[in-house]
Amino acid sequence: MFWDALPGAIALGMIWGIMAIGVYITYKVLDFADLTVDGSICTGGAVAAVLMAAGVNAWVAVLVAVLAGALAGLVTGIFHTLMGIPAILSGILTQLILWSVNLKIMGQANTVVDTRGQYVIVTQLETGFTILKLVAFLVVIVGALYWFFGTEAGCGIRATGSNPNMSRAQGINVNLNKIIGLMLSNALVALAGALLAQYQGFADINMGRGAIVIGLAAVIIGEAIVTHISRNFAVQLIGVVLGGIIYYIVYQFVIWLDLDTEYLKMFSAIVVAIFLAVPYLKEKYFSKIKWRKKPPKGEDKGSPGQSAGAAQGGE
Amino acid sequence: MSEKAILQLEGICKTFNRGSVNEKRALQNLNLTVNEGDFITVIGGNGAGKSTMLNAICGTFDIDEGKIVLGGKDITKLPEYKRAKYLGRVFQDPMMGTTPNMEIQENLALAARRGKVRSLMPGIRRSEKAFYREQLARLGLGLEDRMTAKVGLLSGGQRQSLTLLMATLNRPELLLLDEHTAALDPKTAARVLEFTEELAAENHLTTVMITHNMLDAIRCGNRLIMMQEGKIIYDVCGEEKKSLQVKDLLERFRESGGAINDRMVLN
Repeated sequence: MFWDALPGAIALGMIWGIMAIGVYITYKVLDFADLTVDGSICTGGAVAAVLMAAGVNAWVAVLVAVLAGALAGLVTGIFHTLMGIPAILSGILTQLILWSVNLKIMGQANTVVDTRGQYVIVTQLETGFTILKLVAFLVVIVGALYWFFGTEAGCGIRATGSNPNMSRAQGINVNLNKIIGLMLSNALVALAGALLAQYQGFADINMGRGAIVIGLAAVIIGEAIVTHISRNFAVQLIGVVLGGIIYYIVYQFVIWLDLDTEYLKMFSAIVVAIFLAVPYLKEKYFSKIKWRKKPPKGEDKGSPGQSAGAAQGGE
Repeated sequence: MSEKAILQLEGICKTFNRGSVNEKRALQNLNLTVNEGDFITVIGGNGAGKSTMLNAICGTFDIDEGKIVLGGKDITKLPEYKRAKYLGRVFQDPMMGTTPNMEIQENLALAARRGKVRSLMPGIRRSEKAFYREQLARLGLGLEDRMTAKVGLLSGGQRQSLTLLMATLNRPELLLLDEHTAALDPKTAARVLEFTEELAAENHLTTVMITHNMLDAIRCGNRLIMMQEGKIIYDVCGEEKKSLQVKDLLERFRESGGAINDRMVLN
């Protein structure tokens, strides 16, 4: 039973891996927590599904979906850079805009793709072939990103995320780079959405709900896997894809165990929260140890209880 | 020294938090002409406007009034990243001038492209690496053997030395140093300062250096200016500057009504 479902889980994990690469670009490279993705993955799916329902070739539909995703990234970028809106809020605003836009694109809450009647790039009806195609997709994507982030322009984007002050001093247009990064990221997310719509045979207004959490989970799992292997950028990206695959294998396992999958989003969010908290708690915990020797007795009383609480929260 | 003006600040005014209780008139009708080849040291108490002056030149914020002319070109309205073409900068905070997540050689490559179009060509070419290695070797910190190490692993002194090298890699028309040795231990600070003078002399760099160390201010460069309340209150060069003593500067500072803080005296 579980083994039968495994190829499907791997294929889904790879599609979400593409999405997670998009999250990696904003979250890790640009240091920008971009919530646009919850909307843009659905935009990608909706655009592709509607175009294909109208008889457009699957590849053309994917291409248009990718452009729509880039446009969503552009909107968030403009909110943030030209209008001075904080990063998280910029993403949320675009996400909300996209909710309406996605409904208008589809004209209803979902659109069916006729996976039997017309050519689709990926489909759950042929998981083996789909996985091969997705491998090809990922090789091209990882290769292209590896090349791009090694160019002068790509290095400028990396510098922007790492130290914006220094970047300006080195003549780098920080605002432009943030916009380019957001467009690139959301283009990839929309690509994942378009492939997902073909794979599952429909696009749905709710398909992006909590996408950012799945993306972050994949990024975090991936980092944990490859961090001791290599710091090479391509290896990091491959790790992110593996993170997506592992996430969906676990998902499949939970279904197989017959656990209540309605809890899955909650568990994902809690797991991501814990991993995000680890660096902070580590620092707090270690600094507590140093502190314990110094302060006078009166002040020290509060801290053991606090640190115990923090440690509990982390476990 | 040629007398060609490279930088002119004309009537610069800048007020922060205007209209609030925290209103701070940081620059008040500031005028300064920097000639080509000048090495100017800038001193003054906390809040005198020294850093604000440098940041105004760099375009970190828009000035309220006045004009900034660099190399005969009015740059008052030019955004910060475009002005960077002409300016080499080293900040007080050693963490500010480099990107921690990138390699030493990648940081140098970023700096080598300051003011140039960043294309889709490789971010660092093999042919550059030998040059970077040679330049890093001059620092005497052994960084030439760690070119692929992430800059975040380096100490403050190492990062500041690297920042200095980066600021001068692509020869700037003006080198701006904002207390770049203040956060370093005395030994490292002395070495970084020595390297600063070496680089400036070798490349004939026009330099403006803020310092809290009065001895350094007197010893380094050909011209010294003292700032207070957003204005230049003392400007001295040549022989007169060389013969200055710390007590002369403190005297002058007191005359103008400035509060002497421990940091200035202790140095």
